[in-house]
Amino acid sequence: MSIAVRLDARISADFSLDIDIAIPAQGVTALLGPSGSGKTSVLRALAGLDRHPGTIRFGETLWQDHETFVPPHRRHVGYVFQGAGLLPHLTVRQNLSFAIARAPEGPFALDDIIVRTGIGALLDRSPDRLSGGESQRAGIARALMSQPHLLLMDEPLSGLDREARAALLGALEDLLGDIAIPVVYVTHDIEEAARLAVQSIRLQAGRVAP
Amino acid sequence: MNLVILTTIELAAVTTLLLLLLGTPLAWWLARSRSGWKEIVGALTALPLVLPPTVIGFYVLIALGPQSPLMTLLHPFGIRTLAFTFSGLVIGSLFYSLPFAVQPLRTAFEAIGSRPLEIAATMGAGPVDRFFHVAVPLARRGFLSAAILVFAHTIGEFGVVLMIGGAIPGKTEVLSTRIYQLVESLQFAEAHAIAGGMVVFAFVALLSLLLVERRIAGVRP
Repeated sequence: MSIAVRLDARISADFSLDIDIAIPAQGVTALLGPSGSGKTSVLRALAGLDRHPGTIRFGETLWQDHETFVPPHRRHVGYVFQGAGLLPHLTVRQNLSFAIARAPEGPFALDDIIVRTGIGALLDRSPDRLSGGESQRAGIARALMSQPHLLLMDEPLSGLDREARAALLGALEDLLGDIAIPVVYVTHDIEEAARLAVQSIRLQAGRVAP
Repeated sequence: MNLVILTTIELAAVTTLLLLLLGTPLAWWLARSRSGWKEIVGALTALPLVLPPTVIGFYVLIALGPQSPLMTLLHPFGIRTLAFTFSGLVIGSLFYSLPFAVQPLRTAFEAIGSRPLEIAATMGAGPVDRFFHVAVPLARRGFLSAAILVFAHTIGEFGVVLMIGGAIPGKTEVLSTRIYQLVESLQFAEAHAIAGGMVVFAFVALLSLLLVERRIAGVRP
């Protein structure tokens, strides 16, 4: 089983996306490439947040083709955004509850995720009272509490200082090492990809790099 | 006198309630749509800001008169005309105060941005769920501003209510038209009392608007 993504889209005047990739539906796959290579566009298309011409298939399930489009709230994906990834009007705990209230049955247990992301002390904080690293951890926990079938992560370590980055990278190694669902991990950092991902796909200017 | 105050408050309250209900979907569409019609609809919505109230009153009066096509549709239901009735006043006020509901709501919806809605969508929240549990709480400032502005603006309207309502005591007479009649009959002392009261009310309304915006901006969950 794999996640098949074929996109052929003119995104702006000087950027078009022309890719045809198969992402293994297990383990962590890094989507590597410099900024502007189309990594985030692919990730957003996978989540259903943007719709570009093309076909996306999650195993047997058709998510998108020229006539079908499964909206993001029906795809059961977890999305870790670059930067703020929490609902700003809710505390961390309420963000987790928001996810749980709308989630199907799944493998992720609340207590375990809180421990593994290290957010136990942050639960009653408001998102604007969190540091970059704390906010990213809470965003990851929130994404997992939706019991996703696919986890999409958009440069979760970017914008963090050296210390926070090292700590979160360690937590991610632990978390993603034995994760039960496929993960697509967008990054421009080869070292990060090497530590976290089983396989990687390199993008360059909207195409798969040779 | 108490009857006039009651009519005025009733008109403002009903208008505020209806405009929050009707203005919210319109403001949401204006904030989120990418349609080319958006700015045209936006300009139409803002029209009452610059039109003389008598122009709005004139057209609404004609539309509510017994000969209008709109009223002809209502004849089978026993309604011949809504001119010079409280319902007519409400309809006129809806047009007159529409921009005061739509503008703050549109601004508040635009300020949310797409990120929180996308976060909610990936958590399995559908469009209606996202609207009520993400957009509305994040735009609460806009709702309060809209409510205060519409209420105060409706209390202050004169041209529209005079044209449509005709200032019938107990039915369509409101404070602003009462002042006009008091002055016409040279009862300056009573006019002073009402006018002064309205200045105080308007000031309190605007002050609470500013305080509400200040307070809510700083509030955390």
